[in-house]
Amino acid sequence: MESIFSPQQIVNGLQLGAIYALIALGYTMVYGIVRLINFAHGDFFMVGAYAAFGSFFMFNAFLPRGNGLAFIVLILAMAAGGLIAVLTDHFAYKPLRYKPKLSSLVTAIGVSMLLEYVFSAIPAIGPSPRGFPEILPKKMYHFGSAEVSNYVIVDLAVAAVLMIGLTLLIQRSSLGKAMRAVSQDKDAARLMGINVDRIISLTFLIGGAFAGAAGLLAGLTYPRIQPYMGILPGLKAFIAAVLGGIGSIPGAVLGAFIMGIAETCATAYNSLLGEGIAFVILIVVLLLRPSGIFGEKTADKI
Amino acid sequence: MKKSYLVALGLVAGAALSFVGCDKNKNVVVGGVAPLTGEAATFGASTKNGYDLAVSEWNAKGGVLGKQVQLVFADDKGDPAEGATVFTKLIEQDKACAILGTVMSKVSLAGAPICQSAKIPMIATASTNPKVTGVGNFVFRACFIDPFQGTVGAKFAFDDLKAKKAACLFDVGNDYTKGLSEFFKAKFTALGGEVVGFEGHATGTSDFKAQLTKVLAAKPDVLYVSDYYSDVAIIAKQARELGFKGPLVGGDGWDSPKLTEIAGPAIEGCFFTNHYAKEDKSPIVQEFVGKYTAKYKAAPDALAALAYDATNIMLDAISRAGSTDGAAIQGALVKTDLKVVTGQVKFDGERNPVKSAVIIELKGGQQVYKTTVAP
Repeated sequence: MESIFSPQQIVNGLQLGAIYALIALGYTMVYGIVRLINFAHGDFFMVGAYAAFGSFFMFNAFLPRGNGLAFIVLILAMAAGGLIAVLTDHFAYKPLRYKPKLSSLVTAIGVSMLLEYVFSAIPAIGPSPRGFPEILPKKMYHFGSAEVSNYVIVDLAVAAVLMIGLTLLIQRSSLGKAMRAVSQDKDAARLMGINVDRIISLTFLIGGAFAGAAGLLAGLTYPRIQPYMGILPGLKAFIAAVLGGIGSIPGAVLGAFIMGIAETCATAYNSLLGEGIAFVILIVVLLLRPSGIFGEKTADKI
Repeated sequence: MKKSYLVALGLVAGAALSFVGCDKNKNVVVGGVAPLTGEAATFGASTKNGYDLAVSEWNAKGGVLGKQVQLVFADDKGDPAEGATVFTKLIEQDKACAILGTVMSKVSLAGAPICQSAKIPMIATASTNPKVTGVGNFVFRACFIDPFQGTVGAKFAFDDLKAKKAACLFDVGNDYTKGLSEFFKAKFTALGGEVVGFEGHATGTSDFKAQLTKVLAAKPDVLYVSDYYSDVAIIAKQARELGFKGPLVGGDGWDSPKLTEIAGPAIEGCFFTNHYAKEDKSPIVQEFVGKYTAKYKAAPDALAALAYDATNIMLDAISRAGSTDGAAIQGALVKTDLKVVTGQVKFDGERNPVKSAVIIELKGGQQVYKTTVAP
């Protein structure tokens, strides 16, 4: 029992939770604004990981490994994630915006597969897994019985900074006010002079950029990337968003950390349980509290 | 009008018939299977090179049964479902009289029943799980099997590394890695050691920290990791991150240049059991290494050697059988007694070859031959 909830396992769980949180935010924001479960979101995460991989090799030619290089790689990974999300919205979801919800949902699954298979088909990327480089020199710290590497600190710090930034943006800025307005009532927002399409694009941009950042962090932490790497984390982050209450931003973050810790502890208890715990959580949430921890009551079917 | 129609039809039919005829008689068609993509992609590339090299040598010497050997290659993607598809395709569409491959045990286990029911002999190259040849009398293999490999690993860890406590990590979705760990555990315990952790992980995961934290809490001297190289590299890195300083030991799934490339210093001073070492001074090994390096500009790994051996064993059997009939080839294969790169091959009652294993150490990013262990 001791090793299941040991400080080390909690650290492992927090690290995993930080990555889930960044992905879950994109799910929840997009759902909040356009009421769409964007199943291609996990693949934006994969795109971010490959962008980080590529930009590392581009810039490592004239920059040493370290914080400066890591920062550039982070920006580029976020840019790539944001760009692919905006493009996906523009070409795949926008034409279907006022069609039945199911059309967009099925399109999202199609976009997800398209991204996976196109990436496996590009010769420079290919279907085989690739080792992810150590962009930062690794350092180890001891905290009691837990070993904490600087990667854990980077994962948590990047996630925290981005999440605080997002909260400030939504709560304090006029853009955030516009986003909240669109999520409450698109037509009323449009009547108030808000450019709804631009707000939706912005939402995809932020969600995609967060997924891109998560891609880089996942590459650093679990150093193997492949075109299908987004499927499972995407699903689990989606479940985290449902657990927190889809559409709710603090809910997504809380749900993600609960998921990360639950998965790590379940794996420590029995390695087979870990992979399944996410889905157990999903079933329990849907049965007992379908609106999630912070979610509002809604009659919509997902 | 009607007449010309008939003539045209006759011409087409005639052409079609003549195609079928000449295709059947010109070449001896042998199917080759390996994973060119997926988690074991480098295994597939080496394996294909091994097949190609052996076939080109036979063809240069005049082929087999007076005909050229035609190798039809198919990628199984390291996936059992895909493997079943390509085995069926090679037998039914390409009319292969024998099948070489494949690498991964779980895929060979999917292909073997297809060969068995079609009575087409197959030689799995690197599938070390005992169940593979258990499928039936048309299924052979070119490598030693898991019990032997796991046993050698345990003996080495206990005797040479003086380990008293070991922990195992394996992929629950893969018969090969599971088998290896089970046989390691049995032998290590029998020798008087203690297995303090025995943890599986899901296929395709990249997060091993929960399992590692759990087994490392029991302070093992050695970590036995029977996974394939791409998992091993990540496990090694994460184990070091969690403060493990001892050696990792594993099986032939480690044999890839990618392992040291991805894992870097994390895998230094670790060991694995393998089928052959390219530093082996015996002439047959050196001749093979020379020819392979000249053709592919890279040193052959064990996968290439096993594929080369499997091809030679199969073509030798076809020439002794004097026919491309499946049952005749099977009969000749059973009586094989051939010196190949990975040792002297004779098949036992279970159609497994009886031969030795080597231990390889990873030093300075290179594979270094450590010792040979006889069966």
